[in-house]
Amino acid sequence: MTGSPVRTLLLWCPDWPVLAAEIVDGVPATGPVAVLHANRVVACSERARAEGVRRGLRKREAQSRCPQLTVVEYDPGRDARAFEPVVAAVEELVAGVEVVRPGACAVAARGPSRYLGGEEAAAERIIEHVAQSCLVESQVGVADGVFAAGLAARAGRVVAPGGTPEFLAGLPVEALARPALADLLRRLGVRTLGDFAALPAGDVLARFGFDGALAHRLAGGRDHRPLAVRQPPADLTVTAEYDEPVDRVDAAAFAARALAEQLHDRLAGHGLACTRLGIEAVTAHGQELHRVWRHDGLLTAAAIADRVRWQLDGWLSGSNGRAGARPARPTAGIIRLRLVPDGVIAQAGLQSGLWGETGEERERAHRALSRVQGILGPEAVVTAVLGGGRSPSDQVRLVPWGDERLPTRPGPPPSGEPAAGRGGGAPPWPGRLPPPAPAVVLSSPLTATVHDAAGEPVVVSARLAVSAAPARLTVGTARPVEIVGWAGPWPVDERWWAPAEARRRARFQVSLADGTALLLAVEAGQWLVEAIYD
Amino acid sequence: MAGRMVVGSAALVDLVRPASAPDQVGGHRVLPVVPELTGLLPNRGLRRGSTISVAVGQPRRSGGTSLVLALLAEASRAGSWCAVVGVPTFGAGAAAELGIALDRLALVPNPGPEWATVVAALIDGVDVVVTAVPAAVSASVATRLAARARQRGSVLVPYGRWDGADVTLQVVRGVWEGLGPGRGRLRRREVTVSARGRGAAARPKEIKVWLPGDELTRVIPRTVPSTVGRPAVSLAGRPRPVAAVGDRARTGTARPGALTLVDPA
Repeated sequence: MTGSPVRTLLLWCPDWPVLAAEIVDGVPATGPVAVLHANRVVACSERARAEGVRRGLRKREAQSRCPQLTVVEYDPGRDARAFEPVVAAVEELVAGVEVVRPGACAVAARGPSRYLGGEEAAAERIIEHVAQSCLVESQVGVADGVFAAGLAARAGRVVAPGGTPEFLAGLPVEALARPALADLLRRLGVRTLGDFAALPAGDVLARFGFDGALAHRLAGGRDHRPLAVRQPPADLTVTAEYDEPVDRVDAAAFAARALAEQLHDRLAGHGLACTRLGIEAVTAHGQELHRVWRHDGLLTAAAIADRVRWQLDGWLSGSNGRAGARPARPTAGIIRLRLVPDGVIAQAGLQSGLWGETGEERERAHRALSRVQGILGPEAVVTAVLGGGRSPSDQVRLVPWGDERLPTRPGPPPSGEPAAGRGGGAPPWPGRLPPPAPAVVLSSPLTATVHDAAGEPVVVSARLAVSAAPARLTVGTARPVEIVGWAGPWPVDERWWAPAEARRRARFQVSLADGTALLLAVEAGQWLVEAIYD
Repeated sequence: MAGRMVVGSAALVDLVRPASAPDQVGGHRVLPVVPELTGLLPNRGLRRGSTISVAVGQPRRSGGTSLVLALLAEASRAGSWCAVVGVPTFGAGAAAELGIALDRLALVPNPGPEWATVVAALIDGVDVVVTAVPAAVSASVATRLAARARQRGSVLVPYGRWDGADVTLQVVRGVWEGLGPGRGRLRRREVTVSARGRGAAARPKEIKVWLPGDELTRVIPRTVPSTVGRPAVSLAGRPRPVAAVGDRARTGTARPGALTLVDPA
């Protein structure tokens, strides 16, 4: 191996999982906190350590040593998420940061030490900057190679150039972070990294294998691995400020169009495309409107512009575009518009059909449907997604055209086709109706009455006993029709564990003398027409 | 291809079109329909540019919606885009069972007073446009929409009263099977569909099909009434032809015997 290890500066945040739990979940790190993974302590706070909690203890043992211990489950995603601002803060000062693991990041020391006037000065400056911008305590170590720098950071030391092997020689073999190997070395009488490094490399390889040989190189301070520098994520957000507040929809739409083009160009420049788009508008009085739009394909410039227009249209004019949780009309015009791409993916290029046909038909249909959305509002054009559920109306979710097609409830579609993208994990929904499915599903059921041959109303008892065979059905004010065939009751007792959502029904299929077949349900003594087999 | 090189303008009628004529995407002039229904339609399918109306049955709820879905099914499966306007009670489950690709099916449940504009916009871009006909549609609006469909090469399927359609289909009778007094469940329905129209379709026709068919019977296996000539491939959910009744005259379909021409006159 040629060359010497890269002089590395490593920033280390002690007890990072505990700090991450404080940052993300608000668990105060000043109290006794332990982070557990698989019932073992992986990290603990200073207070907990003072009470005798150590890494590797069982939960019960840790709690017996420190009864007021707060226990947090280990979550690597949380650690990584919380560390992102720290990395960003370091990146503000130095370029080329490698995240070694959540809680530690390394940079090549040469640049910052020259720029900031020496390694000690650079270390102090970085610690101070991280503390100010993220309120996170950290330590910095400088040594040759990432491994040695990590150990130096724990001691808060700057190891002089070329002094790394001596620095490592005094450390115990446990510093290799290989418990099995350390245990073995201890029993062989090798107690420090210096003792281990003194062993002949060939013998170490023969006795301890490749991992042992790698550990041997690290112990000798020969860590040649270059830094895997992280690429800072590109800032893709586009913002437009308006000196003159925009209060007319057409003006806003015009502004949105230019912004959409700009965003699209920026994304295309990075070879990216976005599937979700956050649109933020701020008025002169400081009101904010934020909404995330989803899209099943890739958002084009025109699609982005449409969505901005719809959102602003609904907001500015207070039109009947969308019902529900629409914010109140703004009291002033819009002064700032921001488009935040979310769900950014590498644009592999939407491939048209070989002869151009499939893509063209799709484009044509999308254009027509977007046009209708422009006429009636985005939620007026929908597409149906089949999911799980026991009644025909539960199984269908209507998704606005262009949004992601996700069912409300997971499950196999009732036709028995294999559910796309799901393996055997789909719930079976016992009690769903057998095929054929009704062709007419009423959004609000019609009330009906059912009489038996003697003219008495037919009732279904709590134990699902039908009082008499149904003979005549009256829907609303229409004339009674004779029932020629019926089956049921088929009980459905849904969500009985949640009193607010519980529904208990008994369903019937009936066929009438005029050839009609209906799906009836009895709920709380009331007969309802749920669907028609038209 | 040498056999196709026929000299003479007559042979080019279907191959050459004026530049002003609508663009036939992919050159498919007729969208396919399920084999059982081909006998009812003059071109054995949904000819692009035509208007095929489905009249409300007598009585009302005897299979009209299922017939509309069955008309769409094969075209949708073959990759066409479809739209359904003004049907808030659309049963997506039944559509999927009949083989309609729901991701290529757009629904406009409540077009409101903009009905004609919406239908016209959809005709521009969608291959098959199904629309429930509102109560008051003037003849001029209807003619304009039909002309637009003809010019753009879409198929307009009005569901309801519609004068001047190329073909009008109507469910005359629907009889459910499988439901007895207090037992069984709905399994299949024998539907009698009549067709009348203009030009090539002027001769009234009537056929019987299973709509929906009984191929969906999976939960409780039972002995299916033996039908000669039923293909082995699974056609779950598609309309099934009723077995030939007696020795009546047969329509000239791809599968003779599959359809029964009830009234050949």
